[in-house]
Amino acid sequence: MYQILKAERLAEKIFLMDVEAPRVAKTCQPGEFVIVKMDERGERIPLTICDYNRNAGTVTIVFQIVGASTRRMAGLGKGDAFQDFVGPLGQPSEFVKENFDEVKGRKYLFVAGGVGTAPVYPQVKWMREHGIEADVIVGAKTKDLLILEEEMKAVAANLYITTDDGSYGRKGMVTEVIRDLVENQGRQYDICVAIGPMIMMKFVCLLTKELGLPTIVSMNPVMVDGTGMCGACRLSVGGEVKFACVDGPEFDGHLVDFDEAMKRQQIYKTEEGRAMLRLAEGETHHGGCGHCG
Amino acid sequence: MDLLKKVPVREQDAKARAKNFEEVCYGYNAEEAQKEAARCLKCKNAKCMGGCPVSINIPAFIREVEAGDFEAAANVIAEASALPAVCGRVCPQESQCEGQCIRGIKGEPVSIGKLERFVADWSREHGFVPKAAKEKNGRRVAVVGSGPAGLTCAGDLAKMGYEVTIFEALHEPGGVLTYGIPEFRLPKETVVHTEIENVKKLGVKIETDVIIGKSVTIDELMEEEGYEAVFIGSGAGLPKFMGIPGENANGVFSANEYLTRSNLMKAFREDYDTPIAAGKKVAVVGGGNVAMDAARTALRLGAEVYIVYRRSEAELPARVEEVHHAKEEGVEFHLLTNPVEILTDEKGWVTGMVVRKMELGEPDESGRRRPVEIPGSDYTIEVDTVIMSLGTSPNPLISSTTEGLEVNRRKCIVAEAENGQTSRPGVFAGGDAVTGAATVILAMEAGKHGAKGIHEYLSQKA
Repeated sequence: MYQILKAERLAEKIFLMDVEAPRVAKTCQPGEFVIVKMDERGERIPLTICDYNRNAGTVTIVFQIVGASTRRMAGLGKGDAFQDFVGPLGQPSEFVKENFDEVKGRKYLFVAGGVGTAPVYPQVKWMREHGIEADVIVGAKTKDLLILEEEMKAVAANLYITTDDGSYGRKGMVTEVIRDLVENQGRQYDICVAIGPMIMMKFVCLLTKELGLPTIVSMNPVMVDGTGMCGACRLSVGGEVKFACVDGPEFDGHLVDFDEAMKRQQIYKTEEGRAMLRLAEGETHHGGCGHCG
Repeated sequence: MDLLKKVPVREQDAKARAKNFEEVCYGYNAEEAQKEAARCLKCKNAKCMGGCPVSINIPAFIREVEAGDFEAAANVIAEASALPAVCGRVCPQESQCEGQCIRGIKGEPVSIGKLERFVADWSREHGFVPKAAKEKNGRRVAVVGSGPAGLTCAGDLAKMGYEVTIFEALHEPGGVLTYGIPEFRLPKETVVHTEIENVKKLGVKIETDVIIGKSVTIDELMEEEGYEAVFIGSGAGLPKFMGIPGENANGVFSANEYLTRSNLMKAFREDYDTPIAAGKKVAVVGGGNVAMDAARTALRLGAEVYIVYRRSEAELPARVEEVHHAKEEGVEFHLLTNPVEILTDEKGWVTGMVVRKMELGEPDESGRRRPVEIPGSDYTIEVDTVIMSLGTSPNPLISSTTEGLEVNRRKCIVAEAENGQTSRPGVFAGGDAVTGAATVILAMEAGKHGAKGIHEYLSQKA
């Protein structure tokens, strides 16, 4: 069992937890992810690593309620435990593996959307710890859904916040901020790292292609085992089939077939919906309403 | 009774079982087992033993069954095998022990597999526990993977007194026994779980949720965690796809995904969270045991199911019994047929599969007649789900993170057959990780050889 040492609600439907997982905490790197399974009946849920403490042996995860298992997970608190917590999975971010002098010579722009702010954070933190200044754009639907603002402020060179409805920071999409920084403010970036909903990453990539700015994205498709076994997470990158779990999750965003990836994300939507309904309404729902047979 | 024929084994009715996940075969009861055991000729030079990869003393255990001393029979089997209830169910006996049986020259061979299963099931029901080593020797060995190879290797080493820890990447031990082979062929709780518990009772520890090569490397196990030798039995888990248009459509799954969802995650049960897209009309591409398992699972989830295989019935790699069961249950076979494209609607969901008729040409390097396309023979099968069951290959995670570990061009670890020795001193390997996808019993044989190899290596090193 993997003890939960801290549990916090960051926003509606978004939760943060510190989990005791010494093996993962010892070796994990920015860009990698974990899979958690709450209990015997739970799903295996892939989650990005938001932070880690090697000495304390803890890993910080952030998740959003999307299906039956994440909804039940949200009910866990300090002192509870996950039955399974496995990782690290996937490949670390490129800059971790690359020649440090080259990385140091580059100007990075990080773009985070929604709950995607969580996996961006350890990357920016890594930059700060290695003496590299990086700019960060964080986008959220509305002020209440903005997460990790203070944490991000502490590690970013410049932090730009934008909300779809203008309730906090700028008003508008992250793409508008990118365009503004590059075209109006004359900022020069060598690499963009964009992590968020697929639709956001798609539009960021369309823009950065136009701007000639190489862009890395982190894909979060449907997954079961996370070790390359099932192929549920396959996607097309530059016309080749890749598995997000072992080949990624980070890929060259200009080569990813987002339209296909977004269609594939829908595969279990109705199935998950059914499981959630069962959880919310129990057996009373089935046949109870007289409409669904 | 007719001595030329096996005592028939009772099975669940085909129509009924096509709708549930209960075990298909009921196995022998004591009376039937003793009757079948009496058919054994107890040959002095027992050919059947030569056909068994783990060399169970077959005439000896059958003699005990006939005499009604089932515990003695269990002891005979336990000397050679840690997983008799599994092997009695999933071994291809027809090409191994039973294929060598002298009784089989004229008439049917002795039903050795069903007798092994009876002894194992009787032992479980009567609380038989294998004997652990009297003294531990204090030397630590790590085993990577808790499938048939790893469990066998670990069990043998524990019996010799080693302190063995198995590292398993998934949340449940058992490897293919747990995620791959379905409940109706190999019950998880009663059979798999019990035999794994028996291995643990020999003193073996199992640590789940550890991915060797990611969570910790082989080198770290040996240098930092005090393991003197490592056995890699990580299997062949990577699915293959055909590379045809439409293969990434919604509704196309690897057999691994489909079976993992159903078997490991128990998606077939309402009370588990993991979803499975059961499908209404399902095409399973391939002709092996895994294809049969996927087809029969889809059938039980309520689908109409077709097997699409490019050669003819004679070349089907699946066991005869599995093909027979699949047909009985209502799986339809499209033989000499090969997919060329998967059709989709505008939302990316599968609507059909274009297939091409094949004919058999000259034998290829595998000795089977090569399928050749018949031009202009394409037609479309209307399906909403396609399950690709084209075989699997080893995961490169361990070989790519262990310096000096030699692999061949198929990414299989290179290891000596007789002792599992790899190119790295102290590192041994066996099972599908070495051979590519094969059978449970061959993996168990490799696990045995690995245990012997490790014992020899550590005895010399001492």
